Amino acid sequence: MAKIISIEEAVQLIKEGSSVMIGGFMGCGSPHSIIDKLVEKGTKNLTVIANDTATTQYGLGKLIATKQISKVITSHIGTNPETGRQMNAKETEVDLVPQGTLVERIRCAGAGLGGFLTPTGIGTVVEEGKEKITVGGTQYLLELPLKADIALLAGAKVDKKGNVYYEKSTRNFNPIMATAADLVIVEAKEIVEVGEIDPNHVMTPGIFVDYIVGGGN
Amino acid sequence: MDKGRIREVIAKRVSQELQDGDVVNLGIGLPTLVANYVPDEIDIILQSENGFLGLGPAPDSDDIDMDLTNAGGQPVSIKQGGAFFDSATSFTIIRGGHVDVTVLGALQVDEKGNLANWMIPGKMVPGMGGAMDLVVGAKKVIVAMEHTAKGNHKILKECSLPLTAANQVNLIITEMAVIEVTEKGLLLKELGPETTVEEVIAATEVELIIPESINIMDV
Repeated sequence: MAKIISIEEAVQLIKEGSSVMIGGFMGCGSPHSIIDKLVEKGTKNLTVIANDTATTQYGLGKLIATKQISKVITSHIGTNPETGRQMNAKETEVDLVPQGTLVERIRCAGAGLGGFLTPTGIGTVVEEGKEKITVGGTQYLLELPLKADIALLAGAKVDKKGNVYYEKSTRNFNPIMATAADLVIVEAKEIVEVGEIDPNHVMTPGIFVDYIVGGGN
Repeated sequence: MDKGRIREVIAKRVSQELQDGDVVNLGIGLPTLVANYVPDEIDIILQSENGFLGLGPAPDSDDIDMDLTNAGGQPVSIKQGGAFFDSATSFTIIRGGHVDVTVLGALQVDEKGNLANWMIPGKMVPGMGGAMDLVVGAKKVIVAMEHTAKGNHKILKECSLPLTAANQVNLIITEMAVIEVTEKGLLLKELGPETTVEEVIAATEVELIIPESINIMDV
């Protein structure tokens, strides 16, 4: 059973040096309230795994601006010039991963798989240091699972068992990340009673969720 | 041609490559404009890699919903019959060959169909986003770009910038030409509305295969 906690309690769970998955795509579907509270608390030396670093004013890009992230594993930093500046100045380590590979590595970790074979990145710098395996005459890269200490996610409706319903294009990385972290915290736009979300509409089953935080926006 | 006309020519010509029922992913920037020129009788399904099919135009300011954005984070709409999904499903669609056409911009493209569009070492490193998966997974890869960059060649013998993918580009559409990537090299298929063969040759680093007769773009 997921436990409802305050946003203050939620950010206490994020320790210095933690690896943190953050849901969302350019801030759409990101846990904005938790991010804001984390900025306020100033927890440093985080390794963040997320699709992108949004902008300095929106989404998890705020944590880049405050230099709370020491390493980011992501597919795109182009919309947040500060990430690029910190990377070039060697202040922040940036590991760029093709988007489909990033999400599938997370999926593998959550699904108990040892990795997967993808044609993406063959013939590019992405293949450096990776094992190549040929199957049926096609060359693939072996990509390995990616997990985290904590996942910070956002849902439109979360019931008190932790079942999550996502609205529109906010789903993106959220349900995948929910499977691949030791501790999963979902920020809910609305916390509802058990039974209020039709089981047909549950997109992340509550068993994946440890803590629910209200007050999402 | 002024910038606006250049973009119109490219986007309009790309739109003519799309077939009824195609699942299409349009990259950020110029490729996005292609949607404006798709003829009414052709129904295409736009895929947005952040997680839906049926991408529609930007809403009126009253209807802006930050829970419904495109891959650039801009508010958009979803068409009737569209569907939302998570990122793993999105890249199942992309990598699994379920996208018929992807249209992307390029920094460089070469005669082997290699594409470089995600970084300039030491300068601009935006990241590849979904481009590497799209270029590998889509059935047809169209590069839509201005023929040269400030007078510098972009269609090369060999890309010098880090590649997005190797040997995946099928068609290059610029304001000056439509060029097909073939096993024998780059084939000049059409000329832009205000362009001569000599001008295309001069604006292209690599030698082109020039057929006896070449059509002019209908744009």
